[in-house]
Amino acid sequence: MALKGLDIFKLTPKTNCKDCGSPTCMAFSMKVAQGALSIDKCPHMSPEALATLAAATEPPMKTISIGEHKLGGETVMFRHEKTYVNKNIFAIDLCAGMDDAAVDAKLAEVDKVDYERIGERMRVECVYVSVDAEHGADRGVAVVKKAAATGRDVILRCCDAAVAGEILKAAASDVKVLAGANGDNWEAMNALATEHKLVLGVCCKDLSAAHDTIEKLEAAGNKNLIINICADTIKDAFSFAVQIRRAALKDSDRAFGYPTIVNLSRLAPEDYTMQVALASLFTVRYGSVVVMGRMTYAEALPLFGLRQNIFTDPQKPMKVEPGIYPLNGADENAVLAVTVDFALTYFVVTGEIERSGVPTNLLITDAGGYSVLTAWAAGKFSANTIAKFIEENDIASKIKSRTLILPGKVAVLKGELEAKLPDWKIVVGPNEAIQLVRFLKDFK
Amino acid sequence: MPFVSKPRTFNASINETVLGVGDKAVTLGGMNTLPLYFFDAPAKNPPIVGIEITDVDGDFAAFPELAAFYEGAATIAERAKKAAAAEGAKFLCLRFEGADPAGLDRSAAECAAIAKEVAEAIDIPLVISGSKNVEKDAEIFAACAEATSGKNVLFLSAREENYKTVGAATALAYGQKVGAESSVDINLAKQLNVVMTQLGIAPANIVMNLGSAAAGYGFEYVASTMDRVKAAALEQNDNMLQMPVMTPISSETWSVKESIMAEQDMPEWGSQEERAVAMETVTASAVLASGSDAVILRHPKSVKTIAAMIAALL
Ligand code: B12
Ligand code: SF4
Repeated sequence: MALKGLDIFKLTPKTNCKDCGSPTCMAFSMKVAQGALSIDKCPHMSPEALATLAAATEPPMKTISIGEHKLGGETVMFRHEKTYVNKNIFAIDLCAGMDDAAVDAKLAEVDKVDYERIGERMRVECVYVSVDAEHGADRGVAVVKKAAATGRDVILRCCDAAVAGEILKAAASDVKVLAGANGDNWEAMNALATEHKLVLGVCCKDLSAAHDTIEKLEAAGNKNLIINICADTIKDAFSFAVQIRRAALKDSDRAFGYPTIVNLSRLAPEDYTMQVALASLFTVRYGSVVVMGRMTYAEALPLFGLRQNIFTDPQKPMKVEPGIYPLNGADENAVLAVTVDFALTYFVVTGEIERSGVPTNLLITDAGGYSVLTAWAAGKFSANTIAKFIEENDIASKIKSRTLILPGKVAVLKGELEAKLPDWKIVVGPNEAIQLVRFLKDFK
Repeated sequence: MPFVSKPRTFNASINETVLGVGDKAVTLGGMNTLPLYFFDAPAKNPPIVGIEITDVDGDFAAFPELAAFYEGAATIAERAKKAAAAEGAKFLCLRFEGADPAGLDRSAAECAAIAKEVAEAIDIPLVISGSKNVEKDAEIFAACAEATSGKNVLFLSAREENYKTVGAATALAYGQKVGAESSVDINLAKQLNVVMTQLGIAPANIVMNLGSAAAGYGFEYVASTMDRVKAAALEQNDNMLQMPVMTPISSETWSVKESIMAEQDMPEWGSQEERAVAMETVTASAVLASGSDAVILRHPKSVKTIAAMIAALL
């Protein structure tokens, strides 16, 4: 959080000695507030004042690493205010009370969903393993090992410090997060997390108790935390997620400046449709690790797509380079299809053309990074722009085929394009890219 | 320092708009908190879920649950009755897909007859949506507004190109409600509300459709537009953006690849019906989190789930 000049001034010795090069302490403070000078230019600041300043200039929400994933580090409540920084990750839950067959089946199921969407690998990133005292440490170790063997980051949830300690003795290198610190066990859990260099998860059944525990942990020197929302109801879980984020970013409450875990499997056991609805809610509003009972393709496709959208940087358009993209081994004789340079459109359309197996040259025109209809409505994908692109890039000499397939959504451009490109046969393609597979196969 | 919850309410609130008549009439809007933040203040009128049927018989071959749900319904009135009885559905949306001049090109008179039949078959509020062809929609909305006069029906939507005719023929002539549809842009949304109120339509008779996209298909613009509209309405008390928002979800989500790819063409993706349900459920949930006061869904399972989620947040 940015400190105001006046706040900084209060911390200076107010002697106006000019050693910093500024005429007065006030002038110096104003420059520091603007970021023009750094505080160490004043040799007379007391250690207490420096500590206060360091705390005040810390980011409002810490960035916590779980394996290769970074969580938190957010600075705004809404993406349009700037951008969201770190996308949420998804986890699948396992319980040490499950038998081996059930554990294996669940892990095998989650392994089936692994694909790419616009350059991003889509798969469940984490496994959330719950171990209670009655399951015993041996069972805990066995399940943790199975989970880690899938190559995913493991979050171990165990509120019994003795059992957790035994599990970690045998399997610390398989675990990334130890979740289960609370008002009673925080000292022992803190010792374990520190010893094994793990992120420590703090149970949050109640906002003020969790806040308390975090303050104690921070005072003990641990700021490598994540808040595990263990509310019993959907209403409380959502309320906690929002209030934690709001306290951190709007009210500068550092104790809540950590990412969160929300376990949907607990909030809506076995109700996978409800879980997918909630996963969407927490993706949009402030869940950092979203734990689910399962993640089949049905759930993954919309959820990963949503996440990819929400966490794109609004300041950076998702564009691909205009040009000719030969697909399926297309040579100069293959048909030419035209579309826009919006990364999503490019991804969807190339995916379908590849699925058809039909050699096709895809022409990406410069359409400002907009979708087909948006670009059309903005005048960036018109008969004019397409014809101009074909001329300026001398497509006619690079491609022998004289057939140009238009996206169905801009069928209206056909007549005008025929007039502008008399040598070309203009064909209106289907509305949706998925229909291109049939269309291209039949077209041959 | 102990943590003290600081509920955040605004001095401004979203307009209240009533749809339908009688016991089952519903009120949209009214809240003075951010969307779904019922922990900040109790919900006045929680968001609601509507179920959609179209005037064209659906092909339910790939959707056994949907087929079972509508089994035995031979006429549109019977389908409407079954839909209206779906758990969680608080209103019915009749979409005139068949009015599209590029498709069946159903006449305005025919549409009006269907609208009347449906309005009489159900006791929950009715929303009528069009074919997305602006000229044709103006025609069918005019005919349907007359045929359903007195039922307090909402017409989705009037757009920049046809708001004068649609507004005059629905809200002004028959006191019906009208949706103001813009394309994912806060300035366009506001502008349309301004011109519609200048036409003489009371703000309380206007519902906004800010535009929609399926999850994964440019949804970030939808979410950010809604976030900005809510901020303008509540923080800046902009009364030209305080109309409640209704978002058609199914008409977007049921045409994306995730919902239409047949299971035999992509066996690893599994059941097509599950995919279609998940796609509309995820999109609906995200739209509600961003600020929609009502969503329109097609599958009874999605309707039930989203209604249950809203109830669980209260
Ligand atoms: C997100 C969005 C925006 C974003 C831009 C996002 C982007 N990068 O393009 C923003 C907010 C900036 C925007 C702006 C505008 N938008 Co806009 N926008 C949308 C929205 C919601 C989603 C678009 C999207 O991402 N689609 C997904 C991509 C993948 O779709 P696609 O490119 O069409 O590709 C599909 C097919 O066309 C096909 N396909 C693609 N290429 C090819 C090639 C071949 C050969 C074939 C066969 C098929 C094919 O495959 C794909 C999948 O099936 C749509 C509504 C909607 N739900 O679709 C409105 C929409 C496209 N926008 C619209 C409008 C009017 C505008 C504006 C003019 C409004 C304004 N604000 O002034 C502006 C124009 C921009 C400007 N003035 O600078 C209208 C267009 C109306 C029309 N029919 O002409 C729409 C349809 C909304 C509406 N219902 O009114 N928009
Ligand atoms: S060096 Fe420090 S004490 Fe001296 S004028 Fe600058 S700010 Fe004030």
